[in-house]
Amino acid sequence: MWLRDQLLRDVLGCSARKLSLRERVLLGAASLPQLPRGVRLRDDPVRGLTLLLAPERVLYPDSTGVAILRECNGDSTIAQIATRLAERFEAPVAEIQHDTIDLLQDLADRGYVVLG
Amino acid sequence: MSDPKPEQVGPPIALLAGLSHRCPLRCGYCSNPLELTRASAELDTDDWCRVMREAGALGVLQVHFSGGEPTVRQDLEQLIACARDCDLYTNLITSGVLLDAPRIDALYRAGLDHVQLSVQGSEGKGADLIGGYVGGHAKKLEVARLVRDRGIMLTLNAVVHRRNLHQVDALFELALTLDAHRIEIASVQYNGWARRNLAALLPTQDQLEDLTKTLEAARIRLLGRLVIDFVPPDYYAARPKPCMNGWGRQFITINPAGLVLPCHSAETIPGMTFDSVLQSPLEDIWYRGEAFSRFRGTDWMQEPCRSCEFREQDFGGCRCQALAVSGDVTATDPVCEFSQDRAKIDALIAAAVAEPDAPYLYRGGT
Repeated sequence: MWLRDQLLRDVLGCSARKLSLRERVLLGAASLPQLPRGVRLRDDPVRGLTLLLAPERVLYPDSTGVAILRECNGDSTIAQIATRLAERFEAPVAEIQHDTIDLLQDLADRGYVVLG
Repeated sequence: MSDPKPEQVGPPIALLAGLSHRCPLRCGYCSNPLELTRASAELDTDDWCRVMREAGALGVLQVHFSGGEPTVRQDLEQLIACARDCDLYTNLITSGVLLDAPRIDALYRAGLDHVQLSVQGSEGKGADLIGGYVGGHAKKLEVARLVRDRGIMLTLNAVVHRRNLHQVDALFELALTLDAHRIEIASVQYNGWARRNLAALLPTQDQLEDLTKTLEAARIRLLGRLVIDFVPPDYYAARPKPCMNGWGRQFITINPAGLVLPCHSAETIPGMTFDSVLQSPLEDIWYRGEAFSRFRGTDWMQEPCRSCEFREQDFGGCRCQALAVSGDVTATDPVCEFSQDRAKIDALIAAAVAEPDAPYLYRGGT
């Protein structure tokens, strides 16, 4: 703790109270996921794929992953996203919601998904 | 260069745009080549913009603006905007010391996606000593704050070695404090100038064992708060690093003068011919250029690589290291336990750690 206080006061020139260190984001049905600036979904005509571009990383989501990521606009809850995708793919909502949380939690743990 | 494009070769993923060899820091592990490109020989704005368009059409997805120090280029904003116009992801690899708030605003407006900011340690005194730039560390912390205030994603890149490995936990704390989303703990790679500092910088076996424990604990403790990437010191590994993820497989490097390189230190290999973006289209250079074909795939390998079950995983390791230590550019990377020259690496380690007070040599002009 000494080290952190030292850094905050002496080096950053501000008090420790002003900064809140980021906590892990835990996603649930009511979360509003979105991609932060610096992470984006892109169609790649050369490879014929849709890719997720992130800091010094390229991710290759499958078609379900792409469908989920396209819904991450910060305005829809995970429950709403799952309902829409369940209709489109004619699949059980509970299963889609489970897959959606799995995928997005993994991405949130890497900073690629944030809450709207 | 009119041959058809080889079918087994895919498009490149990333372009490392080495905009300039100029840099205000003097780190003793500098990865610039020993012979630097003069400022007057650097590619101009139009040439770089044309290269971005060619790279995008070729299938490149990300551009890493690097150097030297890329922010010495006053047209960096233009180059970033140009890359974004081609739908490329833009990454700035910088020491940060030349940046200020107006410049960071301009980079943000140009569409910069991500900043990778180097730090030379967790505290100012030691870090400034390694970088050879007084006040550098404090400046970097200020730049990190400005980058995050602007909402640009931030990675801290901490180059680690014997003199700062005890700071790794403090570096994680620093990254959290600065609201970086990721930290790269990158061990010095002992090519080029860094080879001269092997004795001054190579970690000890004990340090490495401590580091492994520190990393394991931190990955659990910091899950979801900080992404930790680690580049190990390959001298202590049993198998070589998959250098560039395979020669001519994913990466293109362009040096400040416009020479197109399969890796940033490929110029250390004598007898290679590198094409220039001033003379040939990037697509021809990637698919049919002599330098990219030279060590692509596995046909160039000799034993023990040629029949090794790992040849498609590590691609025989680093060509520059094979040349530097074994004297044969097509040899197995000497760090490999199957290399007949592994003993040479062990001898280099023994000699280096026997000299704990070896002088640290700052990067110089030659």
